[in-house]
Amino acid sequence: MTTPTPTLPAPAYALSSEREAALLAGARKSVRTSTLKIWGLRAIIVALWLGSWEVTATYFIDPFFYSKPSQILVRLVQWFGTGTQFGSIWENLGYTVLEAVLGFVIGTVAGVVLGVLLGRSSYLAEVCSPFIKAANAVPRIVLAALFIIWFGFGISSKVATVVVLVFFAVFFNAFTGAREVDGNVVNNARILGASKSKILTSIVLPSATTWILSSLHTAFGFALIGAIVGEYAGAKKGMGMLIANAQGTFDSAGIYAGMIIVTVVALLAEMLITTAENKLLKWRPSQATTQAQGI
Amino acid sequence: MPATQVPLIELKAATKRFPKNGGGIHTAIHNVNLRVAPGEFVAVVGPTGCGKSTALSLISGLQPASDGETFVHGELVTGIPRGVGYMFQTDATLPWQTVLDNVASGPRYQGKSRTEAREQAREWVHRVGLGKFEKYYPHQLSGGMRKRVALAQTLVNEPQIMLMDEPFSALDVQTRQLMQHELLRLWSGTDAAVVFVTHDLEEAIALADRVVVMTASPATIKADFPVTLPRPRNVEEVRLTPEFLAIYRQVWESLREEVEQARMATSLGG
Ligand SMILES: Nc1ncnc2c1ncn2[C@@H]1O[C@H](COP(=O)(O)OP(=O)(O)OP(=O)(O)O)[C@@H](O)[C@H]1O
Ligand SMILES: [Mg+2]
Repeated sequence: MTTPTPTLPAPAYALSSEREAALLAGARKSVRTSTLKIWGLRAIIVALWLGSWEVTATYFIDPFFYSKPSQILVRLVQWFGTGTQFGSIWENLGYTVLEAVLGFVIGTVAGVVLGVLLGRSSYLAEVCSPFIKAANAVPRIVLAALFIIWFGFGISSKVATVVVLVFFAVFFNAFTGAREVDGNVVNNARILGASKSKILTSIVLPSATTWILSSLHTAFGFALIGAIVGEYAGAKKGMGMLIANAQGTFDSAGIYAGMIIVTVVALLAEMLITTAENKLLKWRPSQATTQAQGI
Repeated sequence: MPATQVPLIELKAATKRFPKNGGGIHTAIHNVNLRVAPGEFVAVVGPTGCGKSTALSLISGLQPASDGETFVHGELVTGIPRGVGYMFQTDATLPWQTVLDNVASGPRYQGKSRTEAREQAREWVHRVGLGKFEKYYPHQLSGGMRKRVALAQTLVNEPQIMLMDEPFSALDVQTRQLMQHELLRLWSGTDAAVVFVTHDLEEAIALADRVVVMTASPATIKADFPVTLPRPRNVEEVRLTPEFLAIYRQVWESLREEVEQARMATSLGG
């Protein structure tokens, strides 16, 4: 050490810079190999699954009923290349996603507003509880058929189906989140001078956010199901209609192809929601500890 | 307390009852009379579970008295009175806000702009010695550091009435003395009244103008000892003076009976 500036003696636990670099590199390398291992095994599982399906369907069972991976791939290429019988695949997919997203937004807002309202007012909660329980017990998916009669074959009947599915998923979490707010924290805010509305926006909503966000994962799944079931019940466009049509023409490869496309959309949405969640909840201990892992 | 002065805080025959868990009624405090003048520092001691926190919650207006009355600024308490700061016994920091924003929440609620509130908060965060931690979230702090956040959060509003419920009990001895020192320094420049609940008799005497002893449950006020030690006080050194020890002996004599009685009541399954 020949630096001109006076330096403190290094503490006993301090590591030399080479040793530290080696440790960090080692930690990175072990993370890399474990990621590689995980993805390798995943690839093998998928290859085994698809391969055995392909072989079984070619030699033992009737691919007319069960289809096989190569047929599904052909159907996907056909849909994305030359389009479906009912126009471009993107148009159909866009239609379904639009319904799901519209219904998701409306259902989430309604669920959060009503959930927080009832969560903060035990009187209203008491009054509404039997109605909510009854409404939740109704097999709501059947409403899709009713909405077609009410709103016709257009987009609004599907959005309505999505809204009823999403609403309850979000409502119960928002309700619990708003009810479970730490009373001590609310009292503290009151003492510090918070008005009723400030308590709602600066204490209740943020504390309920954890609950609400965790419900959004299932809620978006419900939104896609709602849109597809709505289209299945009657529509001129959309993935649900394509699937229903494939069923009508005994095109099992078409049903699988439709399922795969919807699954990919659901996974993308899931990724978006997780990103938003991590952004909004960066204060959470769990988030911080996952970052601190590794060494 | 000069007789002519209007007390800042006054409990008049205040009683608070709670429903008991297995049915029945539990009287937490009974017939409590307490007057605190502006600029006065009152320490409250008593056996655990006797009702000290309950008395503070009546003054803060968070809970109404079952019987009797509470006055603050000479007005009957119905909601939260103006100028009250309350440092709770349990943690009340917001987990999703950083230290700085937690401390800034008071000024924010009072209608200050974000930058102005943060400016004020930063000063207090430094005063309680958390300058390096202003960007930390509460779960990244130690228990004692969270207490200091709560202290800064309370003091940033410059309350005229400070209700402090065992504020320093989670701190190590050195930090505690530092904070006691700081509290005295901050309070001495003001006309604020402090009601300070503690289990630490030394702390009570070193800080206060009066030490109020509460009885075992249901609590009422048993005795009220004036502490005539001169100010400004050095909290570390004042403990060694003979005057301090004389007062300590007196107060402890009174408190001991209550502590013993409380212990007996709980061990008998009361
Ligand atoms: N909200 C409540 N509901 C029912 N009982 C309560 C409530 N708050 C306090 N009590 C009861 O009142 C009594 C006094 O409680 P309090 O918190 O005032 O005691 P304390 O003197 O502050 O005790 P400690 O020194 O341990 O903090 C206790 O027996 C407690 O069980
Ligand atoms: Mg208490």
